[in-house]
Amino acid sequence: MTAAADDPLALPDPVEPPAAPGEPLLVADDVTVRFHTRNGVVHAVDGVSLDLREGEVLAVVGESGSGKTVFTRRLMGLVTGGRGTEVGGSVRFAGTDLTTLSAARLSRIWGAEIALILQDPMTSLNPVKRIGAQITESILLHRKVSKTEAAKRAVELLRSVGLSEPERRVRQYPHELSGGMRQRVTIAIALACDPRLLLADEPTTALDVTVQAQILDLLADLQARSGMAMLLVTHDLRVVRSRSHRIAVMYAGRIVETAPTSTLFADPLMPYTEALMNAVPPVTGPNHVRLQVIPGRPPDLIRPPAGCKFSPRCPYAQDRCLTEEPPLRDAEPSGPDAPVHRYRCWFPVGSPAWAEAKARNIERGSSAAGTPVTEEMVLT
Amino acid sequence: MTDTMPVGSTGAPPAGPAGPAGPRRAGKRRHTSRYVRARLTHLLLVLLAVTFLSFVVVDLLPGDAAVVVAGENATPEQVQEVRETLQLDRPLLIRYVDWLGGVLTGDLGSSFRTGQPVLEALGERIPVSLQLAVVAQLLALVIAVPLAVYSAYRPGRLVDRTTMTLGFAGAAMPQFVLGMVLIVVFAGGFSSVLPATGYTSFFDDPLANLRSIILPCVTLMVAEAAVYRQLLRSDMISTLQEDFILMARSKGLRPRAILLRHALRPSSFSLITLSGVNLGRLIGGTVIVETLFAIPGLGQLIVQAVFNRDYLILQGALLFVAVAYVAINMLIDLLYLVLDPRVRRDV
Amino acid sequence: MSEVQLTAAAPPAAPATAVRRAGRASWGYWVAWTWLGSVILAALFAPLLPLWDPAVPDYSNVFGGITPQHWLGGDTLGRDTFSRVVYGARASLLVGICAVGLGAVVGGVLGMVAGYFRGRIEKLLTWIADVVLAFPGLVLIIAIVAVLGASLTNLIAGLAILSVPTFIRLSRATTLVVAQREFVQAARAYGCRPLRIIAREIAPNVVLPVAAYAFIMVGVFIVVEGSLSFLGLGIPPPTPSWGGMIAAGRTELLRFPHISLFPAAVMFLTVLSINYIGERTRKQFEVKESNL
Repeated sequence: MTAAADDPLALPDPVEPPAAPGEPLLVADDVTVRFHTRNGVVHAVDGVSLDLREGEVLAVVGESGSGKTVFTRRLMGLVTGGRGTEVGGSVRFAGTDLTTLSAARLSRIWGAEIALILQDPMTSLNPVKRIGAQITESILLHRKVSKTEAAKRAVELLRSVGLSEPERRVRQYPHELSGGMRQRVTIAIALACDPRLLLADEPTTALDVTVQAQILDLLADLQARSGMAMLLVTHDLRVVRSRSHRIAVMYAGRIVETAPTSTLFADPLMPYTEALMNAVPPVTGPNHVRLQVIPGRPPDLIRPPAGCKFSPRCPYAQDRCLTEEPPLRDAEPSGPDAPVHRYRCWFPVGSPAWAEAKARNIERGSSAAGTPVTEEMVLT
Repeated sequence: MTDTMPVGSTGAPPAGPAGPAGPRRAGKRRHTSRYVRARLTHLLLVLLAVTFLSFVVVDLLPGDAAVVVAGENATPEQVQEVRETLQLDRPLLIRYVDWLGGVLTGDLGSSFRTGQPVLEALGERIPVSLQLAVVAQLLALVIAVPLAVYSAYRPGRLVDRTTMTLGFAGAAMPQFVLGMVLIVVFAGGFSSVLPATGYTSFFDDPLANLRSIILPCVTLMVAEAAVYRQLLRSDMISTLQEDFILMARSKGLRPRAILLRHALRPSSFSLITLSGVNLGRLIGGTVIVETLFAIPGLGQLIVQAVFNRDYLILQGALLFVAVAYVAINMLIDLLYLVLDPRVRRDV
Repeated sequence: MSEVQLTAAAPPAAPATAVRRAGRASWGYWVAWTWLGSVILAALFAPLLPLWDPAVPDYSNVFGGITPQHWLGGDTLGRDTFSRVVYGARASLLVGICAVGLGAVVGGVLGMVAGYFRGRIEKLLTWIADVVLAFPGLVLIIAIVAVLGASLTNLIAGLAILSVPTFIRLSRATTLVVAQREFVQAARAYGCRPLRIIAREIAPNVVLPVAAYAFIMVGVFIVVEGSLSFLGLGIPPPTPSWGGMIAAGRTELLRFPHISLFPAAVMFLTVLSINYIGERTRKQFEVKESNL
């Protein structure tokens, strides 16, 4: 990690995972989502399994198009089958399989037990409704309270997310607020009914760099105080280093590596994770710069490569990677006490096989897939 | 023709303040008052131009108003006398300025033919036309809005497809054909449940009034309802793809609440613009229906005035139509301010 | 914030309905084109077709029903309805297409000028458009017909004038957007002459929306022509026009509805086809699928 000292998003010390035994709050098992389109079947989410304990913060990291957004929405049940969409697998939340619930039952859980924060606060608030109404709406729906009490709660919520003059804010419209303030409002909406699980889908991507850190810290603070579980979706590994307990890296609709945050940063095994760590965007500079840090194009989800999905872009790829897909397997040492570290790679970073593959690719100047490889590119 | 013009044109012509106006934050007050003043000046100029244009048009009409008034068999001296009494011998511009002066003092003159004051003639016709236009608009909206909302909720399903097909048929049906069909079915041919012709004032007999306007209003409404459904449906479908709808869903709101409380209002702007334009056009633009159902409205008054060269009546009627058009446009602008808080800042 | 290679490989809003819809679009669409094509061809080649003379009364066929000789019967003067419907198509289409074509060209050009140069010329043009729109179109048409006499050309001219303001608005609004695009800005920076920019860079982008709207307007104007004929202000008899034929049958509506019915049905189907094709074409650019 080459985070500069003045990078507000990168804090040095990863947090320790909580010791939380017992049945996980959320268990996703073999979740699959396919879209049938004109051009073919898009394998957006391809057999993803993961779990999340009470009070735990799990970061799902991946590029755009890795399926993390669709996965998040599928977890909630916002993406359903039918009309060209095919879904599979199960999602158990607090013991109930959400995938079998009716729309009416689901909507009683949404907002009350599971809440969602979207990427762009400019579009996720209704432009023609007052902020107060957008908060109380959720409270009035799920709690048996009077309008006055709900309004009072809305003001409290706005204060707790760090908005000044909350009494005035509730009467304002979204366009009167800045992007950062709006994202605070959406957080207030999400937290209105004290959910047990918060799904934050790239909650800071659309914001200024300086505001991003504030929002992330706010989320971390609120999570720690309420003890809710949080799924933090992002494309930026740096921001989750100090703000998550565990990380799952997604690529082409699959999980390619998962480990406790500190383990992952200390010992990444999947070359894609390594590439993400090296892909540090400049702190200064305009928003949404497109970086060409990882060579090659994002995966084709309609016609995915036969072997490892990352092989066309991987500097270490060997012949085997092109034909045979590596399974998700446990890293050494494994055992009941060791942290769960799984990865999907034939030549895990740091292993002797990897060193050999690297040397071979540097020597011939390209990977088995034909991607040019030079020494500088694989300096890790 | 005005009463058929907007029908069938699915794409509303770009109108209203929803242009590519960028956000302007500073000097809100000053902007608002300047905006209102600019708008008023513009509309006043439009009014002047419309009334002057109608003066020119009437003046260009072949045939001499004096001859028409004096009668076919009048001697040239009689015609000359009439011309002088009616001041038709004076230059156009002078007559226009005279007329404008009269308008400002509330005097619109009298009909050449009947001697009836123009204001009185308008007073008889305006309520009829207003009732037709407003009831037809309301009917169109009452029918179109729920169908559009449901169609947008389930696009491509039964309700959407059925109403779309019906809408296509409705929009392609000329008013004079539809009116004739309605008369055959309800007022003569197959049954006589409704009167085919005539108009009863609401204050004379409310029930007869309603019965007398049902067929005309349905005739006026069908094509508009079709266009409205189409317009609102497609705007609503794009609203439903917005993030804030997903957000509303994730709060646990049921579809009904999302459609009505979150999606409808931000989707209704082009519908409101179009229905405002249509309402403006319907006032004074219902000639076909008035002719078909023998309803004494403004449209008939205008057409008769053109044929009779009764230019003061024509002037008065056109003035009212233009004022109504302009006033409705302003009302729509104000409605935007109420409906969309973003416009409140941008003006 | 920077995205690491931001490319949405999986657009969640592209489901199979789009595929099904595209496949299903065809038959109604082709039926509409077939009908419209037949009407246009019949109108074009009417004099070459083996038809009765549309203007010659035949007293044996007054109010006549459907017979092998007279496919759609006869009208109040015994003239052959089928033949008159075919010849009526000439008038209706001619009025619709010419009036809209004229209006679209004039309004389109004025709109581009207004949208490109902005300033006074834009103010003046939008003001003129407002005036014409606030002026009841019917009065304008009646006045034109009354001043210049009722004829095909005058009717076309009147309707064209009526349609100009709408085209000005549409073309201006499109131009405002296009003029902001890079290639126009680049052409400006190179010092291209404004008229050249309008003709080469802006016009190609304005043509499509204007043409799409014009297509629908042809249907509207066919109805308008019919309405005018219905009021006795349309194409003067004995030239057959659909509106005139419908109006002529009105007096016998209850006894012999077919006199009005056949031309009305033909007009209805033609306008329906135009609207349907226009709507389908427009819809190809529309994304569908709600978040609900």
